[in-house]
Amino acid sequence: MTLMKSLSGAAAALALTAGAALAEPALIYDLGGKFDKSFNEAAFNGAQRWAEETGGEFRDIELQSEAQREQALRRFAEAGLNPVVTTGFSMATPIANVAPDYPDTKFVTIDGYVDPEEHPNVLSILFSEHEGSFLVGMLAAMASETGTVGFVGGMDIPLIRKFACGYAQGVKAVDADAEIIANMTGTTPAAWNDPVKGSELAKAQISQGADVIFAAAGGTGIGVLQTAADEGIYSIGVDSNQNYLHPGSVLSSMLKRVDVAVYDAMSAGADLETGVQVLGLAEEGVGYALDEHNAELISDEMQAQVEEAKSRIIDGEITVTDYTAEDSCPALTF
Amino acid sequence: MTDTAPAIELRGISKAFGPVQANKDISLAVQPGTIHGIIGENGAGKSTLMSILYGFYKADAGEVFIRGKKTEIPDSQAAIAAGIGMVFQHFKLVPNFTVLENVILGVEEGGLLKPSLAKARRALTDLAREYELNVDPDAVVETLSVGHQQRVEILKALYRQADILILDEPTGVLTPAEADHLFRILAGLKREGKTIVLITHKLREIMEITDTVSVMRQGEMTATVPTSETSPEHLAELMVGRKVLLRVDKTPARPAQTVLEIEKLRVTDQHGVERLKGIDLAVRAGEIVGIAGVAGNGQSELLEVLGGTREATGRVRINGEEMALTGRHADGRTRRGQGIAHVPEDRQRAGLVMPFAAWENAVFGYHRDPAYNRGVLMDNEAIRRDADNKIDRFDIRPANCRLSARSFSGGNQQKIVLAREIDRNPDLLLVGQPTRGVDIGAIEFIHQEIVRLRDAGKAILLVSVELDEIFSLADRIVVMFDGRVMGERDPAQTDERELGLLMAGIEGEPDKPEWQAIDEQWERVEAEEEAARHG
Amino acid sequence: MDRMPAWADAVLVPLISLLLAAILSALVILAIGESPVEAFRLMVEGALMRSAGWGYTLYYATNFIFTGLAVAVAFHARLFNIGGEGQAMLGALGVALVCLYIPWPHWSLALLAASASAALFGALWALIPAYLQATRGSHIVITTIMFNFIAAALLNYLLVNVMKPAGMMEPATATFPQAVHLPTFQDMFSTAATPLFRGSPANVTFFVALLACLFVWALIWRTRLGYEIRAQGHSETAARYAGIRPVRIVVIAMLISGALAGLMGINSTMGEAERLILNSTEGAGFIGIAVALMGRNHPLGVLLAAILFGFLYQGGAELALWTNIPRELIVVIQALVILFTGALDNMVRMPLERAFLAARRRRTRRAEPAE
Repeated sequence: MTLMKSLSGAAAALALTAGAALAEPALIYDLGGKFDKSFNEAAFNGAQRWAEETGGEFRDIELQSEAQREQALRRFAEAGLNPVVTTGFSMATPIANVAPDYPDTKFVTIDGYVDPEEHPNVLSILFSEHEGSFLVGMLAAMASETGTVGFVGGMDIPLIRKFACGYAQGVKAVDADAEIIANMTGTTPAAWNDPVKGSELAKAQISQGADVIFAAAGGTGIGVLQTAADEGIYSIGVDSNQNYLHPGSVLSSMLKRVDVAVYDAMSAGADLETGVQVLGLAEEGVGYALDEHNAELISDEMQAQVEEAKSRIIDGEITVTDYTAEDSCPALTF
Repeated sequence: MTDTAPAIELRGISKAFGPVQANKDISLAVQPGTIHGIIGENGAGKSTLMSILYGFYKADAGEVFIRGKKTEIPDSQAAIAAGIGMVFQHFKLVPNFTVLENVILGVEEGGLLKPSLAKARRALTDLAREYELNVDPDAVVETLSVGHQQRVEILKALYRQADILILDEPTGVLTPAEADHLFRILAGLKREGKTIVLITHKLREIMEITDTVSVMRQGEMTATVPTSETSPEHLAELMVGRKVLLRVDKTPARPAQTVLEIEKLRVTDQHGVERLKGIDLAVRAGEIVGIAGVAGNGQSELLEVLGGTREATGRVRINGEEMALTGRHADGRTRRGQGIAHVPEDRQRAGLVMPFAAWENAVFGYHRDPAYNRGVLMDNEAIRRDADNKIDRFDIRPANCRLSARSFSGGNQQKIVLAREIDRNPDLLLVGQPTRGVDIGAIEFIHQEIVRLRDAGKAILLVSVELDEIFSLADRIVVMFDGRVMGERDPAQTDERELGLLMAGIEGEPDKPEWQAIDEQWERVEAEEEAARHG
Repeated sequence: MDRMPAWADAVLVPLISLLLAAILSALVILAIGESPVEAFRLMVEGALMRSAGWGYTLYYATNFIFTGLAVAVAFHARLFNIGGEGQAMLGALGVALVCLYIPWPHWSLALLAASASAALFGALWALIPAYLQATRGSHIVITTIMFNFIAAALLNYLLVNVMKPAGMMEPATATFPQAVHLPTFQDMFSTAATPLFRGSPANVTFFVALLACLFVWALIWRTRLGYEIRAQGHSETAARYAGIRPVRIVVIAMLISGALAGLMGINSTMGEAERLILNSTEGAGFIGIAVALMGRNHPLGVLLAAILFGFLYQGGAELALWTNIPRELIVVIQALVILFTGALDNMVRMPLERAFLAARRRRTRRAEPAE
């Protein structure tokens, strides 16, 4: 009996290791590349944390071209990697094309949406960026003395407009007369990584009276934050907690927990639950960063107001308009 | 080392470029204090030989002795040190430096320019007195006439203590009077004991000025004879390897109706300088009108206007029909339709597409002819057959129409152009510099073809800077100077001297030395152009 | 006759260039602690030993054939068309308009219409720089490069503001209707028993590209227009002399060049993505320059060079998948090949030419011994 038990236990352990080896997860970064100091890097950090904590290994690839999207999905699926986690909304369509051919593989798209009815082996993870942006918009309006705040976006795409729109609504919620200056860095992917242009835009906004600027622009944001610190005004970081970059100048950061999403997906492994996950304030998928670097900037009163709004959003008492759903914004025209 | 040792002695010099043997076992002795001519057709190896002497090329075999002493000449510095000076066909001057600066360039002494300049100025004044080498030491080189620039090259060599002077085709760019002046300078240098090597393809110059002449043919030295013991006919035979007719056989012209009429033709170039200043000219069927002039006096522009590559104002009629001088119909295509054929001055840049095969070039400009086309496709077979016929009739060598134009010699390239243009049986043939860079054998043939076309009742307008050519072909000679017609002469009733003066813009007998009158004319024209450019 | 034989010029020079690039790449891979042999094996296996690998190689090659031909045609008229990128973007736009807004009964009809539309859009995008060059002398290198930026901005505007379906996150059009999906190699060559080219994007457009090669060959070497284009390219003075109007040739050559670049849109947009995305060209317009250089502006050369670059792209993807060689270094390797075959061409050609001439001289000397 004991022998049987230990034997079956050994077999189970064997099966488990074999299963674990088979279920090695894969991570596909979007064209921005692994070390973009923002979105993809957050994904990498999540995977890294998973690897360190579990001792597991994962495969990853930085895409070079559009045609590689499907190719990487197929090759990883064929190699038995599971789940295949991808970042960036551009992966949604390729996953929809590939997923039916590999029903035993679980695919995860972060920021993309794939119909769960048609594709039962896909998990779409979306973030309510507009909700997080709403909160930092409130902070911006409260911290502003001029009544003018700025927004610097990366590439002009709906997702970034979603950030801007949530932010503008937050600002207006505090100060209905506040002025919001919104600029996009560019219309090509280069706009994600142009800190010099970011700095120029920040300077232009400062000259128009802005004294708080929210940068939702990937690598470009580094330039915005730097200029804000140089000019002695406030800035707001994005995606990761960027408060530490310029303590005393970075008012807060709009957090988007891509790392958590990746970590959770890899931890779930092949047993991953598919469908659609929307990570909002309630799920702690988005939020604002409060730490020792900005503790002095956020008064208790400010924090209380933001926390109240947060709970009212979670309760549904406040509805923040999602630009991507409406294709327009009540608080800002583009 | 006696005084009788040759100034230059070459023994068994050989040099090959790839499969081409440019110099084959050449031996030559040039006696000191003489003018030694080297004559040969293009590609005979004259320039290669002199480049070896000046250190530009290294001979594959052979030895060089200077004043009886065996000398290695690995570069031009060594040549200068050995007392050799060279005046190239294309001058090696810095255009925006003054004469003085050009003379001392490369032989400045010390870090400061001033002492060198002062020294050179004194030396230049002495040299000018001694050899009639007058030139303003402070003039900027690009404002000087070609003749003066050449003098600067000679001064440069003399300033570097050269006592052996090599001149490569020095008269190619000069008016007859300027050439005469150059020869006087050379005679003066010879009197002072300098040794001069004159490379040329012009028989007249050899006969006029040299003491000894060496003939080169296909990389070999075929003869060295005292000039007094030879004749132009004999030299030509040595150069070509067979008997050559130097004069064109032709009957008097029988001009018929007027084919081309030009009235008040004016051309202004892109810098605002007027290149043609109101030309009136007529060419009749059955005659050759030769336009004489120093290069750059508007002849090229005249041909370009008539050929359809340059716009102009005025009136031109061809067979009584008005010719468009501006706009879409002032192009080569329309002109060809009006019966004008054009052998352009620069066959390598305009008349031919050098990388194209001979057969492609053989229809260039006429490639739209239905005979060469099948729908949108070109009928390459037909074109090649056509090209083979032309190659046959004009004895173009090598007789392979698939070779690119650049693999033909200058003479054969010219034959390709001529064959193409004559073949169309035009009413008017424009010919620019038909024999420039063409060997004597081909010159003979080309001249005969032009005369044959005249005898067939066609009108021919010939532009040439070679007076010999004008004299042997033209039925009427029109001299152009500074964009104007200076005058018209009957070739039977004029001579080179009279034409030479007309070409320099001087009518009648000058009241001062010729070269001085020419210099003054030149300066006047230069000043006018400068004013037009800035005005 | 101071030149080397044509076969050496066309075959030996590129081969030696490739070899040099390979050696340098091997050193780069060694320097980051990976095995060059393993890397090469991965590339060959991933790109050439599987039918799906060929499917990707030929897909990329199809793009490069179009852009390479575009550069080559312009170059025959001595025009440097750097605007292939923008022209291809506009071509893709033309494809998308045809596929999205017209209901097609069958893909073959859609392909014909999309080809015409892609060529038209690409040609029009090249027309303005061509016109400016021909009549105003604005340098075509500068204007075509500028037009790449304008094309990107225009496409971005249209995708974000006009063509994007409501509620869609990505700046892209909706997926084209099923009827216009082009048959892929998988559809064409697979049987139930032997699946081939599984999942790879190579499609019927490859044959359109082969036709384009044939078309360009006939155009340049068989038609009157090609004759005039080449004449103009070799010498404008000569062209003018022959009554060829330079303005006309510049404009027509650029129209054809732009049309060829535009045709790339069929492959990337109709054949692969099946919708118009922002980044559909992915630098293929620039790769076309290297392809044309390496292919000596001859359609056959362009075809071979395009396949080589397709192999490099697909091989590079395999490296990224299965090794830890960073993406940037893979780009370095691809760039080395472009550098050696394109820009440093003369570095190989000149010594080779000297070697050939020296060898020939020795031969002739031996053949006719001194008397």
